[in-house]
Amino acid sequence: MTDHDQASSAQSLWSGFLSLLRRDLRIALRERNDLVQPVLFFVVVVSLFPLSVAPDRQLLQDAGPGIIWVSALLATLLALDSMFRPDYEDGSLEQLALSPQPLSLLVLAKAAAHWLASAVPLIVVSPLLAMLMQLPGNATGVLALSLVLGTPALSLIGAVGVGLTVGIRRNGVLLSLLVLPLYVPALIFGAGAVQSVMISQDPTPHLLLLAAFSLFTLAVCPLAAAAAIRISLN
Amino acid sequence: MSSNNTAPAPTGRRWVWFHRFGSPAWIYGFSTRWAPVCGWIAVVLFAAGLYLGLVVAPPDYQMGDSYRIIYIHVPSAWLSMSSYAAMAVAAGVGLVWHLKVADLVARSIAPLGAMFTFCALFTGSLWGKPTWGTYWVWDARLTSELVLLFLFIGYMALSAAIEDRRTAARASAILALVGVINLPIIHFSVEWWNTLHQGSTVTQLGRPTMDTRMLVPLLVMFLAFNFYFAGAVFNRLRGELLHHERRTRWVQELAHG
Repeated sequence: MTDHDQASSAQSLWSGFLSLLRRDLRIALRERNDLVQPVLFFVVVVSLFPLSVAPDRQLLQDAGPGIIWVSALLATLLALDSMFRPDYEDGSLEQLALSPQPLSLLVLAKAAAHWLASAVPLIVVSPLLAMLMQLPGNATGVLALSLVLGTPALSLIGAVGVGLTVGIRRNGVLLSLLVLPLYVPALIFGAGAVQSVMISQDPTPHLLLLAAFSLFTLAVCPLAAAAAIRISLN
Repeated sequence: MSSNNTAPAPTGRRWVWFHRFGSPAWIYGFSTRWAPVCGWIAVVLFAAGLYLGLVVAPPDYQMGDSYRIIYIHVPSAWLSMSSYAAMAVAAGVGLVWHLKVADLVARSIAPLGAMFTFCALFTGSLWGKPTWGTYWVWDARLTSELVLLFLFIGYMALSAAIEDRRTAARASAILALVGVINLPIIHFSVEWWNTLHQGSTVTQLGRPTMDTRMLVPLLVMFLAFNFYFAGAVFNRLRGELLHHERRTRWVQELAHG
């Protein structure tokens, strides 16, 4: 590295992050199916639950937050594999690993793009699902907020799981086996926040813990995912 | 057989003991010697602990004889958690210092840890039936034990799914480390979730004061489990070493002579 490079390294970090984010988002917008299918899956799974139990208002209200959160976990899981697999198959993941920017930063950019492309649509449709589950109005806002705070952790933990399994051919079930147990805290605090509103308690502690969990994964997961990718590329 | 050491000659006298741990042949000899020793100690301790626990210890005034399952249940639960920690440490050492023996140790521990976790869950549910009236309660400890079982299974599934053993060891090491960081978080979140929703219905598990005649067998059983664990790890490690080193001279010599 020359002096000039070092002087502009902060800028190049940022521009590397942004250009990768922009690229991934552009790909996501062009692959409409990948964008739409997780949302449809989310809606379909949630609407299956009233059919399988009973359309009882009280029952749906009690179970609704949990059902919506579990369905959100499954929907993000569905889109996870596309985070690194196309890049792995066409070789651009190796180029990313060789680039001067730290791989953990680039992983963060890809996880952010994944979050924007797959979790934000879920958050947008969540009020509709809250209505289907007969949740009261004040719970709807908290549900959306809990998804905003919690889904980044899902994308970040998912990045580690995909990084570990990207070299394995049929990895769908394995990926869910690795990732779902690690999602437990997000599920507990996310669904807990909504449930505490419904029994007219303050959801703030749940939301704060959820945010703390997301921040924690933000600190740890990019490093772990970068190490995982380097091993998978080996 | 442990004399034909394949490790490079150590440079300083002080590090002689350390270099040995990198030598598969030395570790193989060491495990071969110590596996039966640990095994026999475990047998003696199991016999003593079971006798003390099932015959000598008095019945509980509340739970009668059904409490005696703790002599299996509690050591299993302790071992399940400490073996996850041991596995993560071994995997981390293998990942950082590229010590293949450490990778093999982690690989040897995983099924044993899963077994202890399963034992803890199984005996816990057997104990739960007469005591709580149901086989399964969404108690915080049971739930985090269940998540622990999932983590063990995920670790084994990942290391089995990757063909190249070296890559498998490194990838599953990362999973073990992520898991060990997450375990306390999962544990506390589950605990909190539980207390928030149904109150503490099952706190009689905590025994602030325990009769010595009940406590001593528990400690003996705990030691027995530890020796069994060590012996079983040594034995599994021997198998892993032979497989891993099957093309080297010392294994060939072992097989032919």
